[in-house]
Amino acid sequence: MELNQVWFVIVAFMFVGYFVLDGFDFGVGMALPFVSKDETDRRVVINTIGPVWDLNETWVIVAGASLFAAFPEWYASLFSGFYLALFLLLASLIARGVAFEYRGKGDSTRWKSTFDWMIILGSALPALLWGVAFANIVQGVPLNEDHIFQGYDIPLVGGLLVLLNPYGLLGGLVTLTLFFTHGLIFLTLKTEGELKERARALASKVGALATLLAAVFLAWTVANDFSVELLAVSTVAAVTLVSALVLNLARREGLSFGLMVVTIIAAISSLFVALFPNVMPSTIDQAFSLTIENASSSQYTLEVMTWVGVFMIPLVVAYQSWTYWVFRKRITREQIPTHGH
Amino acid sequence: MFSNSLVILNELDTLSLARWQFGLTTIYHFLFVPLTIGMVLLVAILQTAWVRTGKEKYLKLTKFFGKIFLINFAMGVVTGIVQEFQFGMNWSDYSRFVGDVFGAPLAMEGLLAFFFEATFIGLWIFGWDKLSKGLHLATIWMTSFGVVLSAYFILAANAFMQNPVGFTINEAKERAELTDIFAVLTNVVAVNQFPHTIFASLMFASALMIAVSAYHLKRGQFESEMRSSMKLGLWTSVVASAGTVISGDSLGIAMVNTQPMKMAAAEALYETTKEASFSIFTIGSLDGTQELFSVRIPYLLSFLSTHTLDGEVEGINDLQAQYEVLYGAGEYAPVIWLTYWSFRLMIGMGMISTLVALMGLWLTRKKAPEAPKWFYNTAIWAAPLPLLAMSIGWIFTEMGRQPWVVFSLMKTADGVSPGVTGIEILVSLIGFTLIYGVLAVVEFKILLEAIRKGPAEEAEPQPASKMAVAY
Repeated sequence: MELNQVWFVIVAFMFVGYFVLDGFDFGVGMALPFVSKDETDRRVVINTIGPVWDLNETWVIVAGASLFAAFPEWYASLFSGFYLALFLLLASLIARGVAFEYRGKGDSTRWKSTFDWMIILGSALPALLWGVAFANIVQGVPLNEDHIFQGYDIPLVGGLLVLLNPYGLLGGLVTLTLFFTHGLIFLTLKTEGELKERARALASKVGALATLLAAVFLAWTVANDFSVELLAVSTVAAVTLVSALVLNLARREGLSFGLMVVTIIAAISSLFVALFPNVMPSTIDQAFSLTIENASSSQYTLEVMTWVGVFMIPLVVAYQSWTYWVFRKRITREQIPTHGH
Repeated sequence: MFSNSLVILNELDTLSLARWQFGLTTIYHFLFVPLTIGMVLLVAILQTAWVRTGKEKYLKLTKFFGKIFLINFAMGVVTGIVQEFQFGMNWSDYSRFVGDVFGAPLAMEGLLAFFFEATFIGLWIFGWDKLSKGLHLATIWMTSFGVVLSAYFILAANAFMQNPVGFTINEAKERAELTDIFAVLTNVVAVNQFPHTIFASLMFASALMIAVSAYHLKRGQFESEMRSSMKLGLWTSVVASAGTVISGDSLGIAMVNTQPMKMAAAEALYETTKEASFSIFTIGSLDGTQELFSVRIPYLLSFLSTHTLDGEVEGINDLQAQYEVLYGAGEYAPVIWLTYWSFRLMIGMGMISTLVALMGLWLTRKKAPEAPKWFYNTAIWAAPLPLLAMSIGWIFTEMGRQPWVVFSLMKTADGVSPGVTGIEILVSLIGFTLIYGVLAVVEFKILLEAIRKGPAEEAEPQPASKMAVAY
């Protein structure tokens, strides 16, 4: 295996890890107004991801940095091309992160509901935008010979409108509903009583919608760029999603959540399988496409980074798994103090 | 008419807008970084004191300053993502040119340090009743380790821009490529910038600790706790000041050797001079070339630049001529008034902060812990000085490098994203300004409230199970 292939896999791994982990944070954030009856419920919901959202979000920083180090040309074209979409994404992530920390620092209802909205929108918008972005990457973007986006210089909106094409939007709705379901099933695993039941019931509904949207999207993707591997990974995603929903109904929270994790791994992997060996196909001319060959760093840089990755990635996975083990217990209403923080 | 004005908007100067955006988001982000670096270490020291002595006042102080640390940490985290994304967004040609070299320390920072701090800070905040005392203490030290490590990697990345090393130019790919990662990580600028940044961060964290303690001691509140934190703050500040001065001195020498133009600009020294003096302040003509009045310390500039009293310091005019030969026609001096004054303000503010700490140590010596009220007031108002000094120091470092984005290799004007329109940058610039502005007000309010409230009367009022929720 060439090192640029290794780094394609590592970058894919980073994004898959990010979506598996921050995916349920987004879902929990979106679920906030739907599953809680009162302030205690809302605090239970937020505390289910309290210890981990920050480290989950860190995956995207590391994914971005890995992209920069291993495929600078990809990083440069992607980030400058998707400019306004990324700005919205950053604004959302800022709002969400700050809201988690500051919501409990005031007592008025207005204070709390302001931050609740920041959590809800700061979770829903990234969940949508990531799908839009990845669908557009897979579909291809108007890269010219210098790997710069062409035709994105529309006044005011830049390339944002171009991104919101049917395939891109559908991709966005898939990740939105998929992460929403993922978060709801996470809540059934982490809470108790009525709250858990509400999350379970909603997960079935949102999950059904996600299944429908994902089926259309995956079929579209396979039809655009057929390969046996792509069909296989997409099928895994579809089967595990349906199984997760069935197990959710059967009250097997742990298994259901485990299968949702596999669903997201398979779904995101399918996008990378569809891309390979391109990293950003050009819609203007195939010769202008960015590939793992022409976008990658030098052999020496990839060697250095591979050594770092080989040592660090298993260690990172180990200590993060330990964190999840430490915080494995369910959060109950009784744990929320009546006053003070 | 309307579409005409839109076209004009699209042709806004992307370079200036991108630079303003970088300046704004970076200075803003760096308002939170020093306190994170410094305070996590002070909190770790306080918690260690609690674990070793079992005295409750140390536990109260740990939680109190821990809270102040976390309010600030959240802002550092969320504004940090912008930093990493904007290289690609606004500076894609820069990213293409240096990514092969510059990306490596950034990715190392992520894999080695960011994951580390993000994981262990979560364990620390939520793990009070879930981990043993010793293990819980270890998590704050691990966080501190991660924070300091991340500072090293990002400073190594920045050092490449000041003094590129360990690379070769690939003409076919039109980019710099890494040839020696150890050269990049041991860049003389990084090696000196690192302790300078860490010590200065400790100066700010301790200045804040002194100010918070002064606020409560002045009111006769929480005296037993606040006397301890005052002492810790004062000693840390003095030690950190010494470290900042020593590392700043060797950073200055490194700067003279790698970027002589920056040092010449720091003194506004136009002609190459031996036995060069250092002006504390100057009033000159508007174009900065004529001096009307100044207060000078003889030999000091020569000493700062060469560690000898009669060392030769190269002037702007000579350097400009040299660079024209090396790099072609162009303007190679940064904005002189900016570098001149930022250099002095940085040093001046740092010195005042050091004096306040020394004064505090003297006033609270031996068995006279009560300091006069004027000292408490001074300490409160002097708290922001190290932070301001650091911000201004970075403005000096980055503006002093201009017109280069990577010294001698790439000019800033050549790094900006070619595909991005002025209006896009303007939209995001306005967006970030608004968001950051609102957040600054909220954060400041929350921070002041937490400080005013002081430590909790009892450190552990709740049954252990209730401490699992922190939000």
